[in-house]
Amino acid sequence: MTAVTQTMPAAPLRKTPKGTFDLVFRNASFLAALFVLVLLAGIMLSMVIGGWPAFREFGFGFITSSVWDTQNDQYGAWPAIVGTLSTALIALVIGVPLSLGIAVYLTQLAPPWFKQPVATAIELLAAVPSIIYGMWGLFVFVPLFAAYVQVPLSNIVEGLPLVGTVLYSRSPSGLGIFTAGIILAFMIIPFIASITRDMLEQIPSVLRESAYGIGATTWEVVRHVLVPQAGVSIIGAVMLGLGRALGETMAVTFVVGNANRLSASILDPGSTIASRIANEFNEALGLQLNALIALGCILFFVTFVVLVIARILVSRVKSY
Amino acid sequence: MRKILILAAASIGLSGAVQAADITGAGATFPFPIYAKWAEAYKKETNIGLNYQSIGSGGGIRQIKAKTVAFGATDAPLKGEELTKEGLIQFPTVMGGVVPAINVAGIEAGKLKLTGQLIAEIYLGDIKKWNDPKIAALNAGVTLPDASINPVYRSDGSGTTFVWTDYLSRVSPDWKTKIGANQSVQWPVGIGGKGNEGVSASVKQVANSIGYVEYAYAKQNKLSFALVQNADGNYPAPDDKAFQAAAANANWNEAPGFGISLNNQKGAQAWPITSATFILIHAKPEKPEEAQAALKFFDWAYKSGDELATGIDYVPLPGKVKDMVRAAWKGVVDNSGKPIF
Repeated sequence: MTAVTQTMPAAPLRKTPKGTFDLVFRNASFLAALFVLVLLAGIMLSMVIGGWPAFREFGFGFITSSVWDTQNDQYGAWPAIVGTLSTALIALVIGVPLSLGIAVYLTQLAPPWFKQPVATAIELLAAVPSIIYGMWGLFVFVPLFAAYVQVPLSNIVEGLPLVGTVLYSRSPSGLGIFTAGIILAFMIIPFIASITRDMLEQIPSVLRESAYGIGATTWEVVRHVLVPQAGVSIIGAVMLGLGRALGETMAVTFVVGNANRLSASILDPGSTIASRIANEFNEALGLQLNALIALGCILFFVTFVVLVIARILVSRVKSY
Repeated sequence: MRKILILAAASIGLSGAVQAADITGAGATFPFPIYAKWAEAYKKETNIGLNYQSIGSGGGIRQIKAKTVAFGATDAPLKGEELTKEGLIQFPTVMGGVVPAINVAGIEAGKLKLTGQLIAEIYLGDIKKWNDPKIAALNAGVTLPDASINPVYRSDGSGTTFVWTDYLSRVSPDWKTKIGANQSVQWPVGIGGKGNEGVSASVKQVANSIGYVEYAYAKQNKLSFALVQNADGNYPAPDDKAFQAAAANANWNEAPGFGISLNNQKGAQAWPITSATFILIHAKPEKPEEAQAALKFFDWAYKSGDELATGIDYVPLPGKVKDMVRAAWKGVVDNSGKPIF
């Protein structure tokens, strides 16, 4: 012991504080990283424990059943799972091309005087709280959508095979799965567009210039130089948007129609996992509460799977 | 320092005593406004407070079964066998009506006439347009738009849904076999709103919609409503008199725990979709003093609460029903078997 303390002063004095700081810094950042894992495990654990009675009661049927009867304590998650996935999918189908278009235009084509206002507007859109999107959707978008899209469309497609099923709405109120998807698309555009724009701007201009130099058109530059370069980041941005679309609650609750049933038409009202929890959590007791927490658990799981798929996609893109 | 401690201890003891005297209850959302009014007035008179959680009828039933409250409240009465099994006494407090609220351009309140059968067909998705020949046949002289009907319902479990679906089950055999009466049912069409507020907001917001709300909500939110044909074939306006007429003609002894439905009662002026709201209390409570305090509160409400009720569009029970309820309270006994009221 004494030998050790005696040898200590022999070490170079200037290095000791730096070494200590390095050690503290290293451990502190390790703890910070560990904290995320512990937090995530804690959330997962509490969801599983809270939802367990529902899983035990209904077994696998909790996922596949479409019955949601609060009075007889029968719960099934299927319509909510389908609603969550389909609204998120619609949001991506609409939102991703628009976002990429915005990002490419802003970085490659827009005149400078137009660039800044649009860029600022996009950042402002990202800062709008979701409940504002919900209220705007309900009071402004929904009546217009019902009057000018849903009603004429229903009249046209009624009775047609397939199209008449998917696009016909039995009560064209403007509320529904498709409306929720559109509102979600508006909400994820700022995320995807601004991240993609940042990424495209960071691509060294020498790459673009040499492509133009060998006679490439703007389209070819975007397609063969910019997109492969920023590919990983674009997928990351899309996944961030998808995460928001899957979990978005208030805005969707306003416009999805809150129907606890599965409809073949994407224009009919439905519900998502998040909207159903928002609707019923306040007054839920007993098994209903367990079922809602179990729904939350499923949402957690779905989001996790989506992120894993995203990781796999990203690593495949990298290998090219 | 010591003085402060004693003072603190005393005040804790005091507040504890006041809290112990508070009556606890939970359940139906429909009577919450009137229970709150009664509680406020009762507190002024007796200094005894009421802690009522409006968590919905289903929650109220579950809470009283779990004995976490002195009384539970429900809009859908329990059946006789369930009351016996759980050892519960059930009695009504006030009544109200449910009205079909509509939002159809150009149709004023009380101008559109509907029958229960038509409403059932609308909510089943069989009648799709406002200018359906069946609706037009009832409404000569009213311009009905060529627009799809958007039915609105309660997305949360509620006594109001029970009253509405119970009425539809009584007038439409089709509804009875396909959907039935319950506090939450599997709606084949339509959009869901949370609470009376959610439904009235949706009806106001969505063009060509029809929903169902408590009369008080419809009135306060100035919603346009339709008239419904009653058992005598008339179309009375929904108001206090029409709800009272439904209660007057009912046979309150018909079901145990006064659990009758006031839907579709006979009477020229009776509003067809009327309901009482009920209180559940244990016949042999674990804490008799709590049950006694609850009964005293409702006795006071029967005596002095009618004016407060009519003030916010609830309908007081007929006097003879109140007497019958008081007689039923003799069934609530303490541990030695003595009636506590």
